[in-house]
Parts: sequence; C-alpha cells; structure tokens
Amino acid sequence: MRRALFLVPLALFLVLAGYFALALRPGYDPQMLPSAMIDKEAPHFDLAGLNGKRLALDALKGNPVLINFFASWCVPCRQEQPVLMRLATREHVPLYGIDYKDNPANAAKLLAQLGDPYRRVGLDPDGHVGLNFGVYGVPETYVLDATGHIRKRFVGPLTAEEVDKQLLPLLKALNKP
Amino acid sequence: MITELGHFALILALCVSLVQSVVPLVGAARGNLAWMAVGRNAALAEFALIALALASLMHAYITNDFSVINVIENSHTDKPLLYQITGVWGNHEGSMILWVFMLGLCSAALALFSGNLPPALRARVLAVQGMIATGFLLFILFTSNPFLRTWPPAANGQGLNPVLQDPGLAFHPPFLYLGYVGFSIGFAFAVAALIEGRVDAAWARWVRPWTLASWCALTIGITMGSWWSYYTLGWGGWWFWDPVENASFMPWLVGTALIHSSIVVEKRDTMKSWTILLAIITFSLSLVGTFLVRSGVLTSVHAFATDPSRGMFILLLLLVAVGGSLTLYAIRAPSLKGGGVFAPISREGALVLNNLILSCGCATVFLGTLYPLFLDAVGGPKLSVGFPFFNRTFAPLMVPMILAVGVGPMLSWKRGDLLGALQRLWAAYIAAVLAVLLAWYLTHGGPILAVLGFGLSAWTGVAVIVEWAERVKLFRVGLGDTLRRAIHTPRAAYGMSLAHFGLAVSIAGFSASAFDVAAINTVHAGSVVKLAGYELHFVGVQRVPGPNFVANRSTVRITRHGQSVAVVHPEQRFFALQQTTTSETSIRTNFLSDLYLALGDGDAAGNWTLRAYWKPLVPWIWIGAIIMAFGGMVSLSDRRWRVGVAARARRTAPVLQPAPGE
Repeated sequence: MRRALFLVPLALFLVLAGYFALALRPGYDPQMLPSAMIDKEAPHFDLAGLNGKRLALDALKGNPVLINFFASWCVPCRQEQPVLMRLATREHVPLYGIDYKDNPANAAKLLAQLGDPYRRVGLDPDGHVGLNFGVYGVPETYVLDATGHIRKRFVGPLTAEEVDKQLLPLLKALNKP
Repeated sequence: MITELGHFALILALCVSLVQSVVPLVGAARGNLAWMAVGRNAALAEFALIALALASLMHAYITNDFSVINVIENSHTDKPLLYQITGVWGNHEGSMILWVFMLGLCSAALALFSGNLPPALRARVLAVQGMIATGFLLFILFTSNPFLRTWPPAANGQGLNPVLQDPGLAFHPPFLYLGYVGFSIGFAFAVAALIEGRVDAAWARWVRPWTLASWCALTIGITMGSWWSYYTLGWGGWWFWDPVENASFMPWLVGTALIHSSIVVEKRDTMKSWTILLAIITFSLSLVGTFLVRSGVLTSVHAFATDPSRGMFILLLLLVAVGGSLTLYAIRAPSLKGGGVFAPISREGALVLNNLILSCGCATVFLGTLYPLFLDAVGGPKLSVGFPFFNRTFAPLMVPMILAVGVGPMLSWKRGDLLGALQRLWAAYIAAVLAVLLAWYLTHGGPILAVLGFGLSAWTGVAVIVEWAERVKLFRVGLGDTLRRAIHTPRAAYGMSLAHFGLAVSIAGFSASAFDVAAINTVHAGSVVKLAGYELHFVGVQRVPGPNFVANRSTVRITRHGQSVAVVHPEQRFFALQQTTTSETSIRTNFLSDLYLALGDGDAAGNWTLRAYWKPLVPWIWIGAIIMAFGGMVSLSDRRWRVGVAARARRTAPVLQPAPGE
C-alpha cells in the first residue's frame, strides 16, 4: 500500500504525457476553431452594452460583420488595437466588440486610452457568450455573414497581413450578393 | 569554415556526452575508480566543445554570414553590435544552443567543485548530467540545427523582432536558462541518490548550494523579464500570467519549496523522499516549460516558431527523463528511511506548511496554464483562464504562507512554542495594523485586498527584524555583546532574513499596483497635463534617425509645484524592415514611485497621445526580488558549506583513493 503511493507521481506524469501527445496529433492547432462551429449559426446573444446600447446578434444580421472578443487585462489585445483602428476608420468595416470576463470600467478606460474601433461593445462579464462561441483566449475575431453564420475565426491578435490577405478578401466576397 | 567548426564541435560534444553518461555509471556500479574519473574530464571537454559551438555561432552573427540560414532569419547588417550578439539567443535554434551551453557550464562547475564528493556519487551525478546533455544535443542536431547553410547566400537578413532589441531582454535569457538548467544538478543528485539508495544529511548539504545558486539565477531571470515587459510594452503591466511566464514561475515555486525542504533533510534527517521528489519535479517543470514554449500546444505572445516534429522530440525527452526518474523513484523511494518523527508545531512543521502551500500554488498555476489543453483533449469546449483565474486562486493561497513566513523562523526545531512566538511578534502585529490603517487613509479606502496586502508586507518585514533582534539579543544584553552576536550569526541566517525581507518589499509593490493613477491625453506643443501632483509640460516631438529605426522623440518637462523635476523623452520607434512600431517609455523613479510616460500615435496637425501613469511603490516589486536573490547569494557564501566539507573529507580520507590521472 505504501509502495503504491510512490507510484502516484509517475502515474500523474504519464497521464500528462498522454495529454501532451494528444495535443501534438497531426491536425491539432490551438489556433484553429473546431470545424463544428464554422458555417454554423453563431450562438445567440443579447448583451448589455458599454454605453447603454445593447449588442444583440439579431440586430447585426443583414450585413457581414466582425465580432472581436477583447479584455482590458489582455496584452495581445493592445497589440491588435492599431489594426482594429485601421479596419474601423480606413476600411469602414462594421466591427463589434465583446468585452470578455472583464470589468466594464477598465474596458472603458482602455478604449478611452487607445481609441475605440467598435461600433458597439457588448459586456460578457461571466464569459458565457465567449463560452458559446468557443473562445479559447482573447483576442479572437469572428467573421459573421449577413445571415449570422460564422464564416471564419481568427485566434490571437489580428495582423496586418491576415487583414489584407484573408479578412478583407473574405468580407468583399461576403458583401457580393 | 568557422561555422562548420562549431557544427563539428557540437557533434563531438554529443559523442563526449554519450561517454559521460555511460562510462562513469558503469564505473560506479563496478567500483572502478578510473572509469568513474572519466566523468570529470568528459564534463569539462563537453563544456569546452559547446562553448566553441556557441562562439562560432556568435561569430557568424557578428560577421553577418548570410549563408547561414539562422543568421538570415534573425539578423541584419543594420543591427547594433549588442543585438547582433544577443540575437543569437533571440530565436529557437540559438536559444537551444544557449540552453546546452548553460547545461555544460553547470556540469563543468560540478566537475570542478565536487572533489569532496564520494567518487561513486560524483560519477553518477555527472553521468545523469551527461544523459540530459545527450538528449538536448540530439534534439538540436536533428530538429533545430542553427549551423545549416544555404546557397546562394542572401543579400541581407530579415532582422530581429524589434521588441527583442532591448538590453533588458538581451540578458534575461542567460539568467533564466541558468536557473532552469541549474536545477538539473539537483535532479542529477536526486537520481544518483535513488540509484545508490541512500539519502542523508550530507547529501542535502551537497545539493543545497547548487539548488540555491540556480534559484538565485532564476529569480534574477524572472525579475528581468518582468521589468522588461513593464518598461517596453508601454502601459506599465508587469506580470500577465502568460503561459511562457508561468513556465518559468512554476519551477521557481517548486524550487523555492525545494530549498526549504532540503533544510529539513539536512537538520532533521527526514522528509527525504519528498525532497527527492521535489528535486525531480523542479527540473521536470523546467523541461515541461521548454516543451510548452517550443511545441506550439499553447498559444502565447512569446511563442517561438513551432514545428510538430520538435514537440514530439521534446515529448520523448520528457518521457525518458521524467518518466525514467519517476519510475526509479517509485522503485527506490519507499525504502528511504525517514529520521525522527516531528511535531506539527515546530520549525520543520512550518517548513512542511511552506512546502504544501508552494506546491499547491504551483499546481494552481499548472492547471490554469494547461486547462485549455486538458479540456480540448477530452473534446470539451475551448475555455480560457486569464488574469481573473490566477488572481482569485493563486493570490489567496499565498496569504497563509506569507503569514507563516513571519512565524516559522521564530519556532525552534523539534518542538516549537507557537504561542510564545506569536507573543514575541507583538511588534509585527502593530506594524501590520498601522500599515493597513495608513494605506486605508492614504488611498481613501482603496480595494480591500490591496490594503490588506500592505498589512501582510509590514507583518513579514517586521517579523524578519524581530527574529534578527532576538538572535542578537538586541537591547537585552550590552551593545558590544549584541554586535558580537550579529557578527557571529551565520551568513545562512542573514540570507534567510534578507530573502524574507525581500518578499515583504515585493508584496508592498504588488499591493500598491492597485493604486496607479493614469492620465491619457491628446496633447500638442505647450499642453500641460496634471498627474499626482506633477505637471507634465509637453514641449514637442522631433524625428530622430536611429541605427535601424526612425524615432518620434518627444520632450516632456516635468515639474512639481512649479519646481523643475526632470526632462524626459518618451519616444516611438518605427522599424522599417519589420514594419513595426515599438514604444520607448520614459520612467522617472524616486524608488517610492514611478512616473511612467509613453508616447502614443500622432496626427499631421501635431496632436499626440501621451499616456502618463503614476505608479506608487512599483519599483519595490523588482527591488524586493533582487533582495531575495541577494539573500540567496549571502546564504551561499556561508562557511557551513566549506567547513562541513573539509571536516567530512578528513573523516573519510582513508577510504578515498585519488583516482589515477586526477
């Protein structure tokens, strides 16, 4: 019995190694959305907004839009900010923010500080909407088509290259009838 | 040509490390002193060869040899010399070379300074070090070779990520790796002890200085990383619970537990199998960290370019090193006999508490870091844990430990008097209450946890002083007597006091970060911003060319009540090669608070965003950490390590025969 106790660390490690091996399986990519969500209808949400204006999925339908999950405690979000500002001001992309597991006051401070690229910001303090979307970490950006279906997901800060080579062409294609 | 020399040196180092892992081990099993002695020379040769490989890679960087793929990918002729050199470890392949260099350095140091060890133990320890080196050299040569050439050579390189072109980051990896890799010595000692089946006070005494030295290096490495992210990312955060940061923090937590539990082995001859387990886990966590950072299984801001074959290779290494040592542990550890029983209220009891809490803390960080991975593997929803998780779980867990830091050193070995200790700490209660009241008053009732944090800080700091005062019998005997006691107090005791005091200083710094004041304004020449009693006069922005960037350098005059304080130049640098902008912040510190200025974007009309923060006590975070590391070094300089060693060598002298050729 006493001997069995000394096997515990080894057993725990082997379980851990099993998880590591699973994570290395071909095709696994933490950056990828599980294919189940792509082309499915986006999970329904109706959130209280940062400036009193609610953010609801139904109201966004009709045009392709971007939904960006962010938080004031998230460092890469700050890195992404200039790209988002460009999308909003120069490309006039309808960009909506969801403030993920965050204190609204801090988020407001962040946007006042760095500039606000969002048409509206919804508050998701418990991360429920993020959970439904399958948010892995912030920032994440989703492209929704006019019918509210998820067409693409970007994990991590959007780069200028991703915007030019993937995001803008996709939006252009979605905007064509 | 020199690059090829480096490449061959690395291959030769692999051959030597193979010899080092086999011959001394066989020698120790058969009692052959000549074979055992091979370990020492092999370790020295291996270090020399790896040093040659590192030097030749540096040479390729300095001479801009753009036929070497690694140089093309990470260097550029415009880069200043310092960053040409430090760029060597600013990428995956080069940093692995630095990793094995540090491993070679540790093995060589061990080979040189272990003459007093029993030859069999020494041979086994060096053999285990050789095995680790073999694994990593294979990894470099097969999956991450920095010496590969390409033809025709490129005209110029692609440059180093501008964010990494910073003196803080130049020296952060060497310390960090020295810490990581240094724990391999404790690991090697643990494995050797398991092979021999014997752990005693002498063993603990041999392991402790090496563990302590690695702990100091890791502390400095983590501190530098945190300080770097503070001044370079431009908004003043200093810890993000990022997977890569956690990867360095976990070995630190368990390493801290290890340096405490090895005291119990040394003084009380008990907790042996636990200490061995900690030694194995500490280094295993360094390896797991390496795996996480370089295999791409987690997303992180710091991640290196990843490649699945590398991940698989490191996983195999993990299986062999960690799986192998834990198997050995399962077989041998049950027969390690513990010494005396111990009472819960005693010095060793307090150290057990410390170990429990630190291990739980590490487990929390571990779960938080790997949670997404676990959940995904079982097909669960993708979920993330961020700042909120760690702040809510890790921070409260540390509170009882910090309280115990004050009391533990006041308890005596075997059976302590908790009530007596608590009574003798009256000054610490008063200090804690005063600190809470003062913080409450000064911050007009800020966040309750942060205010209590000051109380914890004062409690710990004053308890350290009380403990010292008791030790030297301050005010209870004559001043001369006190002075004599102060001089004769062992350095290890001073080391402990310093390290604990450093913790108190850092806690004050952590707590104070809840009271930052920020002013983010759009300014133009002539604007004045008021912040925490200072006036910031924005003079203007100039374009200044740098070696490989163009800077927008602003000039801000800082005054306080009209009195001039300083003129600072926060700037924004644009690196044309990478099309990247970095922020060069200006930090004006008086060691009680920082005035932190960062220049944001500007427009054609001359309006600029100026981000200014007043951060009370923030420098204390790093000052405290440096005091902790310094305490470790003071403890390292204790005579005990040398005196004990000499006494033992005399005792065992007749049994020891000098190995031929030594």
